[in-house]
Amino acid sequence: MKKLLIALFALVPSLVLAAGGPKIEPTGIDWTEQLKDQESLQRGLGYFQQYCAACHSTQYQRYGRVAEDLGISVDEMRANYIPTDAKIGELMENAIPEKDAAKWFGAAPPDLTMVSRVRGEDWVYTYLNSFYQDPSRPFGANNTVFPMVGMPHVLEELQGVPLLQEDGTIVATGGQLTPEEYQQVVKDLTAFLAYSAEPVRLERERLGYWVLGFLFIFFIFAFLLKKEYWKDVH
Amino acid sequence: MANKIIDWIDARIPMTATYNRHVGQYATPKNFNFWYFFGSLALLVLVNQLLTGIWLTMNYVPTAEGAFASIEYIMRDVEYGWLLRYMHSTGASAFFVVIYLHMFRGLIYGSYQKPRELLWLFGMLIFLVLMAEAFMGYLLPWGQMSYWGAQVIISLFGAIPVIGDDLTLWIRGDYVVSGATLNRFFALHVIALPLVLVVLVFLHLIALHEVGSNNPDGVEIKKNKDENGWPVDGIPFHPYYTVKDIVGVAGFLILFCYVLFFMPEGGGYFLEKPNFEAANPMKTPEHIAPVWYFTPFYAILRAVPDKLGGVIMMGLSILVLFVLPWLDRCNVKSIRYRSIIHKLNIAQFTVSFIVLGYLGAVPATPALTIAARIFTITYFGFFIALWIYSKNEKTKPVPERVTFK
Repeated sequence: MKKLLIALFALVPSLVLAAGGPKIEPTGIDWTEQLKDQESLQRGLGYFQQYCAACHSTQYQRYGRVAEDLGISVDEMRANYIPTDAKIGELMENAIPEKDAAKWFGAAPPDLTMVSRVRGEDWVYTYLNSFYQDPSRPFGANNTVFPMVGMPHVLEELQGVPLLQEDGTIVATGGQLTPEEYQQVVKDLTAFLAYSAEPVRLERERLGYWVLGFLFIFFIFAFLLKKEYWKDVH
Repeated sequence: MANKIIDWIDARIPMTATYNRHVGQYATPKNFNFWYFFGSLALLVLVNQLLTGIWLTMNYVPTAEGAFASIEYIMRDVEYGWLLRYMHSTGASAFFVVIYLHMFRGLIYGSYQKPRELLWLFGMLIFLVLMAEAFMGYLLPWGQMSYWGAQVIISLFGAIPVIGDDLTLWIRGDYVVSGATLNRFFALHVIALPLVLVVLVFLHLIALHEVGSNNPDGVEIKKNKDENGWPVDGIPFHPYYTVKDIVGVAGFLILFCYVLFFMPEGGGYFLEKPNFEAANPMKTPEHIAPVWYFTPFYAILRAVPDKLGGVIMMGLSILVLFVLPWLDRCNVKSIRYRSIIHKLNIAQFTVSFIVLGYLGAVPATPALTIAARIFTITYFGFFIALWIYSKNEKTKPVPERVTFK
């Protein structure tokens, strides 16, 4: 009976979710660990506001909460990260109307608040590293993990012009950053999106250790109490 | 003073008598094992769902425009809203884990047999209502999988001849799943079905306490009473099983809280990934899978080449469990004293159920469809074989008294 039970539980995690699109290699990056690096998250927010936020909203979170969680003062947030007409307590919506965006890009740029929960952090990271030059596309860029994507390569000025090699790798030249620096930008951006997908992630795990610690102690006392009562049963 | 108050109440309603009948003096077999934790755990999860549900309702917006955003509002802006939400979403899966194990206990120890047929039927009704409750609750976050899952499942009713189309229209309240559907599912999920569920749980417990609990030996402890009329193998539920169930609760909560705090998405099975994207009627997800607790039945549905046939077989796969007390014609209850054929039959049934659960969760391929057909046959084969061999089964002698193993 015990064997059966173990088999029952062992089967659950082995069921792997089937994901669509080209398979991506695991990056091996511990994103929970990345979330603890506040400076990286701040940089990620900066890049996001500079390069992504014109088209992509993160409309389920508020400027004020992001500032608080990322250790940015309200004044700093207002000065550097919030569009002039928005208030600190507002949701991080973007400026362009969905209808216009759909007309310009073929499809409305999706909201990115939870993109890392929908597709996974590794996917976001790999996606941002997988743009390559493709003159046949309207914006001159294509992507190996999202073929025929309707989005231009907005980070091209940082990465340089990425060319797809015969072996499937991508080599970029002529950018403002070295490949290592660009990797860090992509990492910061992904970490920020991992944060915005679930702002309580670190808090949740921190609380979890306390709860489990309490429950283990409670279990021992509950067990001893049961033993004491049951002495006279057998 | 306290006694006076109790006397005053007892003169007006049977408080002490009710307590004694159901807790204080309820004679419980003393040989319960691991499998007997899941009844009380189901009650615990039910309370968890009711309480967290009430608080979620305070901030949830049941409209197609506001539902998805209100979930994120709960996750981000409501104090400990994330905890309430994860308790509720993890609780939904935990409910089915506990209920399936509880049903499995009934299956192996013959707890459905005479005189517990009605107890089993109430339990099966609870299972049925719970599935409806979970299905409707899953629409409420208004994510992609909420939307398309509901679209697929509701469209199944369209396979029913003559009334099918009108019936699906009546269920949805619209030609597609829409805000109208969301509103009615919300009403049913938070009021109608929980009420039915609580009444059924009440009846389940009344039925249990009337006939008394079965046990791993399948021995009726009421047949062997001492001079005071107390079963010699019975012990009062309180304090013995209350303190024992607390150990079960602690053990369960360790697993539950591990999932809750460290993997609330349950590997994409408790909260499916596409559900973090708002419902979009224009964009069908590549792979629509129901939540894991429906997948065994979904696999049976897909295994049948004909749509109506699939719907019928899926319905039968659940309904056949209702008549289990009459399919099993053996008068020995526990698997411990039954034939090797019965043991093998239960083993193959367990494997079939788990494999069907897996098959229902992954995209169908020709090879997997053949597998689903084979396991659909073995699933139903369990009941047919049981009916045949149980009449003249070679059983072992059942002991007079309960044993400890």
